[in-house]
Amino acid sequence: MFAISSSEIGVNELRGRLSNPGSGGVCVFEGWVRNQNEGRTVLRLEYEVYEPLAVVEGEKVIAEARQQFPLLEATCVHRSGVLEIGDCAVWVGVSARHRNEAFKACRYIIDEIKVRLPIWKKEHYADGDSGWVVCERCANVRHT
Amino acid sequence: MKTITVRYFASFRERAGLGEETLQLDVHTAMDVFNETRERHGSTEPTSHCKVAINDEIVDWTARVSDGDTVLLFPPVAGG
Repeated sequence: MFAISSSEIGVNELRGRLSNPGSGGVCVFEGWVRNQNEGRTVLRLEYEVYEPLAVVEGEKVIAEARQQFPLLEATCVHRSGVLEIGDCAVWVGVSARHRNEAFKACRYIIDEIKVRLPIWKKEHYADGDSGWVVCERCANVRHT
Repeated sequence: MKTITVRYFASFRERAGLGEETLQLDVHTAMDVFNETRERHGSTEPTSHCKVAINDEIVDWTARVSDGDTVLLFPPVAGG
C-alpha cells in the first residue's frame, strides 16, 4: 500500500499493518525533517506532491519490491504540505520471514521513492530565504 | 498548430508565475513543448534532471503530443 498524507503520519497504526504470523523480521525507515541542510538552518519544509501520479508510481515501487524480495507486507506513506522540524516526512515498513530481505526491500523502496515520485521539497530557512531542494545526489543512490 | 495545455510544478510554476496555460504550439514531441516553454519562461534546467507526463502518464521526452493533450512538466524531484 502506498499513500500520500496531508496530515501527521500515524506510525503506530502503520506498524500494525506489518503484522503477519509468518514474519520474522520487520524493517522500518522513517525520514524526519532536520533543522539544517548544507550549512543552512532550516525552520520547516513544504512538500508539493502531484498526487495522481505519485500514488501510481509509489504503488509500482512497492510492487517491484514485492517481485524482487519475498515480502509478506509492505507499506509506504509520504507527507504533503507544511512540516515542522522532527516531523515524519516519509514512512516505509516491510515485514518478511527473515531480516535480510526486510532490510533490502526497505532500502529499495525508500531509494526509489526519493528519485521517481513527482514530489518536491521546499526548505524555509532561518534567514527568511527559501528554496526548492535539488537532490542530484539522490539520482545516484541505487540499491545494490 | 496544436492546442496544448501545459501544467507547471514547484520551481517551474514559480518561474512561470502560473500553474497552467493553454498554448497554440507547432510541436511534435514532449521535448518540443518543454523547449517552447523554456523560451517563454527562461528556464535553464537540464532535461536530463526533469520528467514529463502526457495526460497523467510519465513518458519519454521523445513521446508524441497530440492536439488537446495536457503536458505536465516536472522539475527535478526531491522526495523523502
